[in-house]
Amino acid sequence: MMMANDIRPEPSAKTGERLLDVKGLTIEIDTRNGPATIVDGIDLHVNKGETLGIVGESGCGKSLTMLSMMRLLPNKIKVTKGEANFAGRDLQKMSNSDLRKVRGGDVGFIFQDPMTSLNPVMRIGQQLAEPLIYHRGMSKAEARKRAGELLKLVGIPGAEDRLDAYPHELSGGMRQRVMIAIGLACNPQLLIADEPTTALDVTIQAQIVDLVKDLRDKLGMSVVWITHDLALIAGLVDRINVLYAGTVVEDAPVDALFANPSHPYTQGLLASIPKLSDERSTRLSSIGGTPPEPGRRPKGCPFAPRCPLAEAICHERVPSLEGLGQNGAHRVACFVAQRKLEAA
Amino acid sequence: MGAQPLMRIENLVKHFHVRLGAFGERAATVHALDDITFDILEGETLSLVGESGCGKSTTGFTLLNLHRATEGKVIYQGKNIVELGEKAMRPYRRQLQIVFQDPYSTLNPRMTIGEAVGEPILFHKLATKAELKDRIATLLADVGLPPRFASRYPHELSGGQRQRVAIARALACQPKFIVCDEAISALDVSVQAQIINLLLDLQQKYGLTYLFIAHDLAVVRHISDRVGVMYLGRLAELATREELFEHPLHPYTKALLSAVPEADPAHERSRQRQILQGDVPSPLSPPSGCRFHTRCPIAMEICAKAVPEWREARAGHMVACHAVTEGLPG
Repeated sequence: MMMANDIRPEPSAKTGERLLDVKGLTIEIDTRNGPATIVDGIDLHVNKGETLGIVGESGCGKSLTMLSMMRLLPNKIKVTKGEANFAGRDLQKMSNSDLRKVRGGDVGFIFQDPMTSLNPVMRIGQQLAEPLIYHRGMSKAEARKRAGELLKLVGIPGAEDRLDAYPHELSGGMRQRVMIAIGLACNPQLLIADEPTTALDVTIQAQIVDLVKDLRDKLGMSVVWITHDLALIAGLVDRINVLYAGTVVEDAPVDALFANPSHPYTQGLLASIPKLSDERSTRLSSIGGTPPEPGRRPKGCPFAPRCPLAEAICHERVPSLEGLGQNGAHRVACFVAQRKLEAA
Repeated sequence: MGAQPLMRIENLVKHFHVRLGAFGERAATVHALDDITFDILEGETLSLVGESGCGKSTTGFTLLNLHRATEGKVIYQGKNIVELGEKAMRPYRRQLQIVFQDPYSTLNPRMTIGEAVGEPILFHKLATKAELKDRIATLLADVGLPPRFASRYPHELSGGQRQRVAIARALACQPKFIVCDEAISALDVSVQAQIINLLLDLQQKYGLTYLFIAHDLAVVRHISDRVGVMYLGRLAELATREELFEHPLHPYTKALLSAVPEADPAHERSRQRQILQGDVPSPLSPPSGCRFHTRCPIAMEICAKAVPEWREARAGHMVACHAVTEGLPG
């Protein structure tokens, strides 16, 4: 049995040194009726050593934003505006050969489904060695040795013996550990985890969350964890960005977000999670309606049609992300929330 | 509770025979369900939880006679329905319905919503053609959809709306019992809450009994009267919601509960999780004795040898664990 405990020092979030800085990123998709906006001028950043949670429902653009930074979008989907700076360089303007050095090198990825992300006809040892040879110039023998160490690092029993296994010979949890090992192979400065536990059972999910937490503390990297599950990342992240219809509607330190959710959408999300203290059959509060489809974005605040607090202005103008309180670390894009605070 | 059992499941077994190897040269048996015994009480929501492959969906399928049971009985209205042929089963089919996880693949894309909801009504002759339109409108209203949806096709609907249609289709037969097989698992959190509320409302209105199959324990805790925990084809524990979540007895239940994240950062950071090592063994060759002994933190010698008895540890609290049995008087 393993006990998970948090012994992590404060991240250097306060120094405010940005490792990743996305500004005004707009993503459009080509449809039969012309281009439709999926991500609308999104701003987000990750500080050095910080773990950022990106939360939103399906189709809110959380995965696309991360894929677009690395220019990994499918043909029909394009970045039309904005920049994405990583360690001071704009990834959107970088040459393909420079970008290839960043992908899998300084930025590691873990995707949701290891079965489709791993090569089924390649032994996992080779898949682990590939980035080491490409990015770090290791010899085959060195890379194989390091691959064994990586498997041990992510807690695969009999690590060295598993190097010659094919992905189908491993269980789902083990495959996800291999994915994490590949993501970490080159000691990245930033690890992007895109719903890495969604396909896994709850006991395995807990193992993976604790594993990433441990490794992050050991290796001192920044992490972006994309998920739809607020509870899952509550103990893992430093800060959360809530996405709705391709915009950040709330940005707050994790404790502030749970203690004082300020955007009506965040409030609705938190309220719709069943709680321990609930009596059986108490009605869950839910958010009526469904998120807008791309190409059918409403004028004004994208959440206004579902918002219980919407006023006339919400249907007219798009609110910008403004800091609440004095230090401005808690930001929200909502006219009503902002006005309430000014009044108080 | 004092409610009558609606259905009694006695020593139910389901084995699947499969062929392995590139040319199917090796025969093997998947022990999907082994010796399951429990009652489903009238009007309750009984949930089955467990990790993928533990047999919770197989239970749902087998007790509706959608999979042929290998052994055992499912007694419903005094009849063992798992030995009935398709024709003899038909009157029971109307009363026993199921809603699946994925409303995208369970609705016929070429049928309008009205046709999909009306089909079971006509099949079971529950309304005349003249009454049909009104009946469909009532059903759609029951699940919170406007009548104009009757002329739409599934692709025009969102996931939540489609799941409402799947529920309306199950309700169309005026059932007594509905198996909800991961019925809300594919939905987004905000929509999931809508469907949970809908299921609870319908249960009150029509006195339905639910067998709720899910892996999300927060949801299960919210809607269940009683909860059964399954591991690798066997029931590990079954008790009322309060009893199971407050006083779990089986080490697997304890581990499962401690893995559930809570929406509370301070609590999450400080919690001591009991994390299970390793993976669920293959149901092709389940471990001997107690199937959990290979991952159990308190496994004893006997656990690898003998199958623990399924017994009542406290009033209404069933468990199968040697360690619990030893700690009990008698």
